[in-house]
Amino acid sequence: MSQTQTPANASAADRGPTAAERFINGILPENPTYRQMLGMCPTLAITNGMRSAMTMAAAVLFVLVCANAMISLIRGLLKPHLRILVFTLTIAAFVTIVDRLLAAYMYDMSKQLGPYVPLIIVNCIIISRCEVCAAKQSLPIAIADAVGQSLGFALALASIATIREILGAGTWFGLRVLPAAWPAWVIMVLPPGAFITLGLLMGSVNWFLARRQEARG
Amino acid sequence: MEYVSSLVLIAVSAAFINNFVLYYSVGICPYLGVSRRVDMAFGMGCAVTFVISIAACLSWALTVFVLRPGAPLATWVWHWLRPDSAGVVDLSILNYLVYIFVIASSVQFVEMYLRKFFPPLYKSFGIYLPLITTNCAILFACLEIMKHVSGVPAAQLWDLGRALALAAFGGVGFTIAIVLMAGMREDLDLCDVPQALRGPGIALIVAGILAMAFMGFTGVDRNLAALLR
Repeated sequence: MSQTQTPANASAADRGPTAAERFINGILPENPTYRQMLGMCPTLAITNGMRSAMTMAAAVLFVLVCANAMISLIRGLLKPHLRILVFTLTIAAFVTIVDRLLAAYMYDMSKQLGPYVPLIIVNCIIISRCEVCAAKQSLPIAIADAVGQSLGFALALASIATIREILGAGTWFGLRVLPAAWPAWVIMVLPPGAFITLGLLMGSVNWFLARRQEARG
Repeated sequence: MEYVSSLVLIAVSAAFINNFVLYYSVGICPYLGVSRRVDMAFGMGCAVTFVISIAACLSWALTVFVLRPGAPLATWVWHWLRPDSAGVVDLSILNYLVYIFVIASSVQFVEMYLRKFFPPLYKSFGIYLPLITTNCAILFACLEIMKHVSGVPAAQLWDLGRALALAAFGGVGFTIAIVLMAGMREDLDLCDVPQALRGPGIALIVAGILAMAFMGFTGVDRNLAALLR
């Protein structure tokens, strides 16, 4: 509750990282999946193929940018005790737009993603970005932050989906990359494969970062 | 008899076969976050089951009477405002907004009610109650119920009992999964896990093995349906 005082003046933008730094931060140093452990449900559920993973990443990009921009524009009007409700309802409105758009132009994909598109509403990445950044910063910074975080999320989804789709079906974006003789590891495209792949990837990211830390001294 | 057997099938499939956490991967944040100790995990599971049942009842009622295409209440109000209009009233575009509002407010009301009338229970739920608003499992249950009440023929419309069975036993399935996980993580603390995998990494791998075990329930529903017939 200590972060509720949000002076809507320009000096707020002077504190903290600049727009470019926030953009870079979202992609690797503060990657939403590997570093912040946020938004795990879609990460596990829809990464059985690159197509669905990238559609989800695009949907999250749209919702996060729109919600961050909207919250940043109305940040002067936010009341501390109602702000979470305002965030959630704003996000829900944009998610409805994405859901209708997907159903209109990508019907098969919309069927395949099913309830995971509306579940973007309760994706912690978006609420946390609204709370941490958009409610305190000006419009350009909020948008840069949103795009950076979404690209970080897309990168994480792509890394998991690549491993799962190649090992589980021998294809990547539907194109065959492994020979047809490859015995598809069906477990990789089922829910257990998602948990195990993400667990091992998280371990390797930690190992890599620890090694780099050591090398720096 | 047919009704009871359909209830049993819905309950078993929500709790075991299509377990919310291990099959649909929803509710992962609390599943990884509060599964360090068995008693805390059990408290979280109970809180989720409680809220999910209330939110499911409310969203079922709102969908059936107000939001679905041709809902009685919305139609009545529309014809009262515009007596000469024809056509079906369809408010289902508002579904997501209404559901998330219902979830947020029911969490708020449950919190206030417990604090006033059951202080010990409120103390034991503690921080978990407000956190539940952003638990995907609750919204997921509402969305699953929506699939069976919004835009389906009247004969296939789910009544409140079925909706409640799905939601409550979805919550029970979540409790089972999180308590199993917490039991294993308590023992994992005593193991020599590689440095990089400690914390979430090993928890996810254990969850994967647990999900594999739960895959063993696949097909139970077909035999159960044959048995109950």
